[in-house]
Amino acid sequence: MLLKYFSNDKESGVVLLILAAVTLIIPLCNLIFSAGSVFYFSAYTVSLIGKYLTFALLALSLDLVWGYCGILVLGQGAFFALGGYAMGMYLMRQIGDRGVYGNPDLPDFMVFLNWKELPWYWSGFESFPFALLMVMVAPAILAFVFGWLTFRSRVTGVYLSIISQALTYALMLAFFRNEMGFGGNNGLTDFKDIVGYSLQSDTVRALLLMSSGMILIAAFMVCRWLVKTRLGRVVTAIRDQESRVRFLGYRVEMYKLWIFVFSAILAGLAGALYVPQVGIINPSEFSPLVSLEIVVWVAVGGRGSLYGAIIGAILVNYGKTVLTGVLPEVWLFTLGAVFILVTIYMPDGLVGLWKRKIGEINHE
Amino acid sequence: MSNPAKTRFNRYQTFNFVNTHPVIKGNVDVSHGTVLYMEDVSVSFDGFKALNNLSLYINDGELRCLIGPNGAGKTTLMDVITGKTRPDSGSVFFGQTIDLLQMNEAEIAQAGICRKFQKPSVFDQLTVFENLELSLKADKGAWVTLFASLNGEQRDRIDEVLEIIGMTELRFQPAGILSHGQKQWLEIGMLLMQEPRVMLVDEPVAGMTHQEIDRTAELLLSLQGKHSVVVVEHDMAFVRSIAKTVTVLHEGSVLMEGTMDEVQNDPRVIQVYLGE
Repeated sequence: MLLKYFSNDKESGVVLLILAAVTLIIPLCNLIFSAGSVFYFSAYTVSLIGKYLTFALLALSLDLVWGYCGILVLGQGAFFALGGYAMGMYLMRQIGDRGVYGNPDLPDFMVFLNWKELPWYWSGFESFPFALLMVMVAPAILAFVFGWLTFRSRVTGVYLSIISQALTYALMLAFFRNEMGFGGNNGLTDFKDIVGYSLQSDTVRALLLMSSGMILIAAFMVCRWLVKTRLGRVVTAIRDQESRVRFLGYRVEMYKLWIFVFSAILAGLAGALYVPQVGIINPSEFSPLVSLEIVVWVAVGGRGSLYGAIIGAILVNYGKTVLTGVLPEVWLFTLGAVFILVTIYMPDGLVGLWKRKIGEINHE
Repeated sequence: MSNPAKTRFNRYQTFNFVNTHPVIKGNVDVSHGTVLYMEDVSVSFDGFKALNNLSLYINDGELRCLIGPNGAGKTTLMDVITGKTRPDSGSVFFGQTIDLLQMNEAEIAQAGICRKFQKPSVFDQLTVFENLELSLKADKGAWVTLFASLNGEQRDRIDEVLEIIGMTELRFQPAGILSHGQKQWLEIGMLLMQEPRVMLVDEPVAGMTHQEIDRTAELLLSLQGKHSVVVVEHDMAFVRSIAKTVTVLHEGSVLMEGTMDEVQNDPRVIQVYLGE
């Protein structure tokens, strides 16, 4: 049945199967086999794969707005970071009185700043469901306000890209300030527990990887469904001929707005899954460089296919892990070179390359 | 500050029945036989007057041809009607009650004024069928569109339009592979899908073969009565084959209006087209 469902789109089916396998097998092997066994995956590997999966989700969210709606957002990292901060705030509250200063009500950095009480916007974050809600609501609100203002005034193309980059840069500067109450340049870290279980335990790490994988799979399915609805076709039409769509009677700005908000929610979820697995969130996640990297992942994979974004994110980040281990100083040059080469020689990314090869084989 | 030229002219009093009834959504009041009113409309771009106190009335169900030399304001006129360009002054009404200057492009299209562009603009990545599907007259809100699916009646309508534009075999082909003439036809099909009250058709036969031009003429003629059709075209033979009434634009205003014979024999028109 699954194969039949994907008969027109085998690549998506294959990517989905691989994701499902990774989501199940790696955590299980980590838990069942002991160190030394060939089937064993270390805690480090589990966290690393978990991180790649959250990046894949982030890339997916960008592909939806860029690949399908033609909005090149250079500030997608802002939504990722906001989701991450929302989760980080919950994790900070979970520390309780185990911080360096032992204050049961205030996180360490607030004690350090001599604050007497928790700022109002921190209230509620001791509750996990509330934090989960905020993980989605905070990026959604930012995307809504930003999208409402820009799409209604018909800011498009490179101008929108630049404004979105300015947005994430402004947020970075704001979050660097101690007075904001988000830990300044150190951000939020030293997390201990999530829903009462230690973040250091193998089981929790395995479960985090599984959650990342399952949410990625679910998001992938939802996005695939979305782009195949009539709304998806309107969005594609907007990408190719925005003004024509307007003259067909569609309110283009509303379509762009809802796609953008949905994409921001996915990015926020990715951030929330990322933070417990890497153990820190700080303002550098807002830096324009991070957002540019996301664009490179999607470009490498091939935009406008969804699964291409997932492949691109995982491959580029694997490359980053390997290369920063061997030659840390050349990574940024490599990234730049990859982007230039992909833009010139593979405008449709790896997916485009694959499709061309398949086409050639079918011709013969 | 009072400008005598402006105070003399109260745009709502030229026709005193205009805008006196409350607007009922989806209901175009054409009880005086006119579907489109443009009065005293001026548009200037950086000092260049693209439209200069232009007044034009289109009757309900008529097929009207607009001709005029380059820069006469034909396309600007369509831009004003469809909400793409806001005029500096003047009024534009759809029926007697709907003020088009208060509406955006999407609202105007939903109210029933649809347009074919000079340069064929179809969605290359979508199939012919999908192009027509998106043009379908339906609720175009984002939420409704997310869960929309075609019912039998709508499928029949698409099939019917595919038949009319002769693209039944091409229905699952991406629109990007169509020839120029086929794209023109597809766009006319997209207009038909919208079931508009008024169709504005900008240069429908550019790039078409003789046979295609004849079929286009047939199609446009078959539409009058049910739709009001405004055609802008340079091809005089084509205009002659379809036009009852021709309006000649020159330098942003109406130079004259009449039958094709009257127009072609008018010394002013000859002067404008041939120069002195």
